[in-house]
Amino acid sequence: MKLELRGITKTFGALVANDHIDLTVQPGEIHCLLGENGAGKSTLMNILYGLYRADSGEILLDDVVQHFSGPGDAARAGIGMVHQHFMLIPVFTVAENVMLGHEESKFGFLDLPAARARVREISARFGFDVDPDALIEDLPVGVQQRVEIIKALSREAKVLVFDEPTAVLTPQETDELMGIMKQLKDAGAAIVFITHKLREVREVADKITVIRLGKVVGEAKPTATNAELASLMVGRSIDLTIAKSKVKAKEPALVVEGLTIHNAQGHVVVNNVSFQVRAGEILAVAGVQGNGQTELTEALLGLQDRVMGTIDLDGKSIRHLPIHKVLAEGVGFIPEDRQEDALIAEFSIAENLMLDRADGEPFVRHGALQLAYRTKFATDKVKEFDVRAQGIDEVVGSLSGGNQQKVVLARELSRTLRLFVAAQPTRGLDVGSIEFVHERIVATRDAGVPVIVVSTELDEVLALADRIAVMYEGRIVGIVSGDTPRDVLGLMMAGELPAGTKLAA
Amino acid sequence: MSAVTATSPVASGTAAGELKVSYKTPITLGIFALLGVILLVVFGRNGTSVFNFTASNAGAIQLPVVSMPGHLTGVVIAILGVLLALGSGLMARFQRRTPLWYITIFAVVLVTGFLVWASTGIPHELHVTGLLVGALGLSAPLIFGSLGGVLSERVGVTNIAIEGQLLAGAFVSAVTATITHSIIAGILAAAVAGVLVSFVLAVFAIKYVVNQVIIGVVLNTLVAGLTTFLYQQVLLNNIGALNNPPVLKQLPIPGLSVIPIIGPLLFDQNVIVYFMYVAVAGVTIGLFRTRWGLRLRAVGEHPQAADTVGINVGRTRFWNVALAGAIVGVGGSYFTLGNIGPFGANMTNGAGYIALAAVIFGGWHPIRATLASLLFGFATNLGSVLGSIQSPVPNDFLLMLPYVVTIFAVAGFVGRVRGPAAAGRPYIKS
Repeated sequence: MKLELRGITKTFGALVANDHIDLTVQPGEIHCLLGENGAGKSTLMNILYGLYRADSGEILLDDVVQHFSGPGDAARAGIGMVHQHFMLIPVFTVAENVMLGHEESKFGFLDLPAARARVREISARFGFDVDPDALIEDLPVGVQQRVEIIKALSREAKVLVFDEPTAVLTPQETDELMGIMKQLKDAGAAIVFITHKLREVREVADKITVIRLGKVVGEAKPTATNAELASLMVGRSIDLTIAKSKVKAKEPALVVEGLTIHNAQGHVVVNNVSFQVRAGEILAVAGVQGNGQTELTEALLGLQDRVMGTIDLDGKSIRHLPIHKVLAEGVGFIPEDRQEDALIAEFSIAENLMLDRADGEPFVRHGALQLAYRTKFATDKVKEFDVRAQGIDEVVGSLSGGNQQKVVLARELSRTLRLFVAAQPTRGLDVGSIEFVHERIVATRDAGVPVIVVSTELDEVLALADRIAVMYEGRIVGIVSGDTPRDVLGLMMAGELPAGTKLAA
Repeated sequence: MSAVTATSPVASGTAAGELKVSYKTPITLGIFALLGVILLVVFGRNGTSVFNFTASNAGAIQLPVVSMPGHLTGVVIAILGVLLALGSGLMARFQRRTPLWYITIFAVVLVTGFLVWASTGIPHELHVTGLLVGALGLSAPLIFGSLGGVLSERVGVTNIAIEGQLLAGAFVSAVTATITHSIIAGILAAAVAGVLVSFVLAVFAIKYVVNQVIIGVVLNTLVAGLTTFLYQQVLLNNIGALNNPPVLKQLPIPGLSVIPIIGPLLFDQNVIVYFMYVAVAGVTIGLFRTRWGLRLRAVGEHPQAADTVGINVGRTRFWNVALAGAIVGVGGSYFTLGNIGPFGANMTNGAGYIALAAVIFGGWHPIRATLASLLFGFATNLGSVLGSIQSPVPNDFLLMLPYVVTIFAVAGFVGRVRGPAAAGRPYIKS
């Protein structure tokens, strides 16, 4: 089935998310939609899937104009979507999820055997190993994604949209997904593959369309180089690598021994983890999301209960300290969810910049806020960290993701630090902001501060790390040097330590 | 194509030590067993306790009257309770959860002990069947209420307004049945009244995304105020013409109703109770075995996922909340047509809130919510029966009993159950 989008335009208030976008996808073709976060890719796909209504423009399937009033219409027309955040019901079985919305009934009762057979039949066709009676919440994310694919195929989808499908996968799972996509393509499906990862694009794409700020800015061949694609994406040539001097690491500053963390349900989420970070080096913690990294960083800050083991900073235990004392010891922290945990969206930039210093001079004297000092401080920081805002009194919630992160960075780095922990510091940021954040992190390291960077993006890990600790299911699979090849790291992220890997700890 | 195998090599590493069965249940049982020992052994009462199992309306079959020595029986039961508590401790020791039937047996044993203790040395017999029949009667509106609550919460709308729906059903059914001289019309009108209350809840909760708890509380207050006002201003002046409905007759089911204890308890009831059996079975089967139920639960768990497969979330929520209101409304008619007849101001007396507790205690499952309602109904009736046979338990304590049971039930055993993920959260499409 041929898919064609003509002149799709969608605005949200003043923001033009899609500006006259044209796109044609032929059957048996993988068409990559490449663009930064916020470029308008997901909006476009939500329009295609009937979740949003376009302000103007047409969707054509096999040259017939379609009018979707909801996702049900799109699905009936033959469009299937594998969502970035899986649209699966965690407490339902695989079969129930697959049948939902087009259930078969016998005498008024659900025909579960038919649904199971359906799941088995599609699984067999693509070589998946999926149990139709397994509960979704018990399945690993890679398998959940397969259920999403089965769901789309069970509705006879001829056009398949993959929205950032690799964000939650290990490199090996990503490779397998690429294989599946090629299989689907050979079976005659028209595939739209949305991503911002250049490596994946070049591997599977037949055609590439690049979107920037809601507009199609160009098309490229899969043979284009990374640099060419990246400059199309951001509109200027960019340097993907970051200049980094040789590590001048000294004594171990942070020493973690036998750290074990249980979650509220009593499950072990971090399992007997030990590592050291020297002053003036960056230790990157790599791994697929949800393998204990969040809990590990929170434990360093004192945000986790049920922690066993030791955490020593410069020879002094900080494990039992309450959070404000940990901060007073000179620990800077960028939480992974900045909107939820790092900022108060309704507060101004100036207020957010002094959030952790409301207990004494120079920001507070005799219980009264020192507004003049705060204004001067905020004005300086906004300048220093290049926060693009109307002024220091603008509420943080109205800033872009990149500028919000700069506010967090400014706050944390304006104290004298003895340890800096950055969790997913560039998640969802534009390339320009990523560059800026990376520069500041490296500058902090060069100033002799031990730095921990947690990231699920291998590119980021490789760009920043002096040493890399890979986490899998709560344990550190191994600590390796910063120039370890991708494929080795990929295996480690799946829990395997390849024989002969040189450890660096 | 082997994502499963790709992620499995180290998977076994963390599995050990994860399954930790808590000692909460054995400890709770232990405390109750200890209370049993104190009451039945230390403060044991001498004399005989007489249990009469024959129902007042049972004609043919007469059951023996059981007399028991109070103290001795108490000691035996106390020992049994301690053994059962220890058994639960052993299960936890070997990493096994105490099953629900085990807790049920424990509860039945201790309640029996309490009944023996309370009825020892008093001049009256304890009519066991009467106690149970009364309990079912008091449970009926709670069961209707909790069924409506289960449906509403499972589709994703928190329903605090059960109390208001019951009261509206009670009021409207009494007035309608009086005017039309038709009990069926009264019951149907009660269902409509419940639906109307639901409409208000649904419109504000789904369309205008007002906080659902607040609407629920406001609706309860509104219905209570409105019915009391109309009762005092209109009904009291025209009792004969407006508030004098006929009462439903018992319809014994031939054959089944003569079975000892069970017969009079389950099969010699009125139409509303028989409808209740159908409703419990229908909701249970419907929720878990039909397309309607699958979609309903999907909308309550993950509305966006339901939306992406073409299910209209708003419509599904609206009509199922309305259906829930109809069921609760019928429950309201039990207060009047199924029981005493005329409407009285605020006659539901908090039953809606107890039904809400039963929804949570029952883990949002229709059968378990029904059992929870029966438990609360039994506690209420136990209080009034013991009060009437001059047992040594203070009357105020007995009046408190159903609420104590509610608190223990919801606080003590609910911890591990999980409600519908999206209950109470409006679905806003961007």
